[in-house]
Amino acid sequence: MSAPGYVLDHPAARALAERHRVRAWEALPWLLAIAFYFAFPRHLGFGTELLVAILFAISLDLALGYAGIITLGHAAFFGAGAYTVGMLAFHGVWKEPISGLLLGGAVAALIGLASGLVLLRTAGLTLLMLTLCTMALLEETANFAHAYTGSFDGLPGITFKPVLGLFEFNPLIPRTQYVYALVVLFIGFVFVRTLIYSPFGQSLTGIRENTLRMHAVGAPVRVRLVICYTISAAIAGVAGGLWAQTNLYVNLSTLSLDRAATVLIILVLGGYGRLYGSFIGAVAYMVLAHFLSQIYPTAWQLGLGLLLVLIALFARNGILGLFDTLRRHFRAKRAPS
Amino acid sequence: MTTTLIETHNVSKSFGALRAASDINFRIESGARRALIGPNGAGKTTFINLLTGVFAPTAGRVLYKGRDITDLPQAARVKLGIARTFQINRLFRGLSVLENVYIAIAERLGAAPAMLHPAGRRRDVIEESMHLLEQLKLADDAHHSISELPYGRQRLVELAIALGLKPEVLLLDEPAAGVPSAESHIILDAIDALPAHIGVLIIDHDMDLVFRFARHITVLVRGAIFAEGTPKEIGANPDVRAVYLGQASHG
Repeated sequence: MSAPGYVLDHPAARALAERHRVRAWEALPWLLAIAFYFAFPRHLGFGTELLVAILFAISLDLALGYAGIITLGHAAFFGAGAYTVGMLAFHGVWKEPISGLLLGGAVAALIGLASGLVLLRTAGLTLLMLTLCTMALLEETANFAHAYTGSFDGLPGITFKPVLGLFEFNPLIPRTQYVYALVVLFIGFVFVRTLIYSPFGQSLTGIRENTLRMHAVGAPVRVRLVICYTISAAIAGVAGGLWAQTNLYVNLSTLSLDRAATVLIILVLGGYGRLYGSFIGAVAYMVLAHFLSQIYPTAWQLGLGLLLVLIALFARNGILGLFDTLRRHFRAKRAPS
Repeated sequence: MTTTLIETHNVSKSFGALRAASDINFRIESGARRALIGPNGAGKTTFINLLTGVFAPTAGRVLYKGRDITDLPQAARVKLGIARTFQINRLFRGLSVLENVYIAIAERLGAAPAMLHPAGRRRDVIEESMHLLEQLKLADDAHHSISELPYGRQRLVELAIALGLKPEVLLLDEPAAGVPSAESHIILDAIDALPAHIGVLIIDHDMDLVFRFARHITVLVRGAIFAEGTPKEIGANPDVRAVYLGQASHG
């Protein structure tokens, strides 16, 4: 036998040992986001909305794309975070934004944990319906608790303390909002990226690829799923809290099926289980929605629907998947055997 | 010196009116090479599911090294050293061969719950995975994803995942099923090369494989043990020939 570590030189071993390394192109989305700040100072509100949507989509990607948890109720956690942050500030209990975000994440995580313990005993269509029900229950609760949530009218005109005591949220010039959202997104992204390349993340992928086999290799499948769901809920809650802070209001739309469906569409458009699918999908969705609604104000969703049909038919793995397919295609053409 | 690893006492399993296993007394010792044969629907896979804890038996007990494990869930039994392969491939199809084995070994070594450091930094897991793939002559395919492999080599990955768990009892559910005969030797060679001390139970329809591999054969018919003995005894048993070998035609 040769030296004990020689197998680590195998290309497959090296690929696995180095797959978490940061590639140069990974700086691109962040550079673009910074460039956006300077290039479009009048569209920072749109930009902030986009950043929040990306963070929310990343949270869904962790649960749906990586662990294979089929959910149509992820807005439950987004709304839980938004209402926690919004209500605490509106009623004057807690106006500090950063710790407020953490509180929003914690409340969403608790709801994720409690519902996950029950829901994740099921799978497939049953799970889909149950996640939808959880969200509907929360939405109705928010609707009925008028004194706290303002029900249908929501809570308008919330004020927060300045970020770090220095930067005011200005509803007219949302510079603080944009930079703040970008920083939170970056932290959330780095956390999720670390998680999915970890052994834990690898085991989540295993559960998605073959749950039965994961049981047979001795993995505590349900515990892993509940942990993943809870973390995903926490991040969705932070995204929701961020939405409340950057918009300075909360309403029932944060808990709506519409929002849950939108984030799912974003993920399907961009490509789920691919980390950057959330970025591509959110940009594609928001830009399309923006321009389509200018061209056809009454029926803009028709264009989006058509695009989704095309994606479902020809690009199952979203826009990023399409790139992969094309790249493989050209590589195969260049090296004919 | 052989020790009894897993044993069942009067294990029965009913699905409604169907009795898939009735009063099965069975054991696997260390170093055993046993085979379970029987016509389709005899309850062979059900019996493996009872040993691994996929189902709880309707009646009877399952022991491991003398300890009652009847109520132990599947994952806990794997930790004790009971591993299996599946009749139909159950692999992580989108992942590479190396990652497939990595998942099993990470689970065994307790590396899997770690969230904050990259999987690639567990060199010990990667190294052991690669050594295992070398043993099974799969190293050249380590970077391929499962869906790129021919079926015979996929079956080998089934075996690799189970071996990555360092089992003391290995249950092989039709390891060569669906493998074209030109490739089946790679499976047979791998089975021949299994560590001598582990107890192995193989289920198969391929009588060549069973008679080549097993030192003890149990015949299961309609959920009950119909006959037991050495390959020679089973081959000579007229009842077995009538019920089973007759239709599966030896050789």
